Amino acid sequence: MLDILRELIFTSGFVSLTGGNIVMWVISFVLLYLAIKKQYEPLLLLPIAFGILVVNLPLTFLMDPEHGLLWFFYHYGIELDIIPPLIFLGLGAMIDFGPLISNPKMLLLGAGAQAGLYVTFFAAVLFGFDLQEAGSIAIIGGADGPTTIYLTSKLAPHLLGATAVSAYAYMALVPIIQPPIMKLLTTDAERKIVMTKLRPVSKLQKICFPIITAMTIMLIVPPAAPLISMLMLGNLFKESGVVERLTNAASNELMNIVTIFLGLSIGATMTAATFLSPKVLFIFFLGLFAFAVSTAAGLIMAKTMNLFLKDKINPLIGAAGVSAVPMAARCVHKVGSEANRRNYLLMFAMGPNVAGVIGTVVAAAILLKNLG
Amino acid sequence: MPELIAPIAGNVWKILVAVGDKVELDDELVILEALKMETPIYCDDAGTVTAIKVKEGDAVNEEDVLIVID
Repeated sequence: MLDILRELIFTSGFVSLTGGNIVMWVISFVLLYLAIKKQYEPLLLLPIAFGILVVNLPLTFLMDPEHGLLWFFYHYGIELDIIPPLIFLGLGAMIDFGPLISNPKMLLLGAGAQAGLYVTFFAAVLFGFDLQEAGSIAIIGGADGPTTIYLTSKLAPHLLGATAVSAYAYMALVPIIQPPIMKLLTTDAERKIVMTKLRPVSKLQKICFPIITAMTIMLIVPPAAPLISMLMLGNLFKESGVVERLTNAASNELMNIVTIFLGLSIGATMTAATFLSPKVLFIFFLGLFAFAVSTAAGLIMAKTMNLFLKDKINPLIGAAGVSAVPMAARCVHKVGSEANRRNYLLMFAMGPNVAGVIGTVVAAAILLKNLG
Repeated sequence: MPELIAPIAGNVWKILVAVGDKVELDDELVILEALKMETPIYCDDAGTVTAIKVKEGDAVNEEDVLIVID
């Protein structure tokens, strides 16, 4: 009888518990609280937080290579780079590139905001991260979750949990991080600028856009292919208007399914042993830095463009050049309407916002090409 | 007769006035919802609401007439 009891105690998780595990539980509980109570990106934070909790219960072996359930999700979904492109397929089926097609100059803002990535890359190298790690940290400034996960899993898989969580955290915090930078770098008069109406976009243009963009980008930067091809295929589904079932499947069911596996797998990489290191704090700090510099770069780019443009643009929309669709565009709209309540910048900001997605993918492909 | 038009495409979230109401410049008349964000639309002219062209939940395009004011 005593033997059975002893056996039960020694095979239970309690005896193998470490202090680090308990710290990870606390992190998991905080994320659960933020997801459920504050509704910060709950679709992702909830599975991530639960993933963190269960991998930090000892002896469950959920992340044991070749055995653990979550390891299989991680291996097939993320290590083999299947899930991020599938998310992009769904995103493509939801994104309206109309505001960008209507005003292709916005592409410059989407590209300008990527400057933050390169600044952060060098900052991370200065902090002592190796080149692959620095690339993975810099991409956080692109504010695009799937791209961050895609690049990190290729360059520095041991940092996956930290870069993914900080990318999603900062996206949720867009309304807090961006407005002070926006107000600092623009004058009240600039924020009041009302933009001229967007040119209407024909159906033909909307159908041609994903085809031409896919060809152009893949020919110029071939490593962008997995993400760009799926993004543009999803968009072609939507704009063609003839495969509504595929559009819906990609943007609803498939998206929801892979989101579950994405979140769980990311959470599962965050064991106490890999996550609790001083490096992680630096990653969060550098990620925030990347995000702030990208926002500033977008704003400065917009102000520079205004020096040459006859019809002035509202420089606030430059801040939407970081991807974070549509949070950054909403934020621009809000700050714009605070300056002038009859200023409706939402659709104007969607142009640089969707351009930012393309810009981040291209930036990731360039990093991958040079560091991979 | 002045009209209140939708400055952006979206769904009509709330209509804050009824036919016959007197409205002033800068009153909030309609709240549109686009990209999960509420955007209040303000009155451009003082007057009396003579017709409401949309109902809550309608999808509207940019430039659609929302309310007619006399």
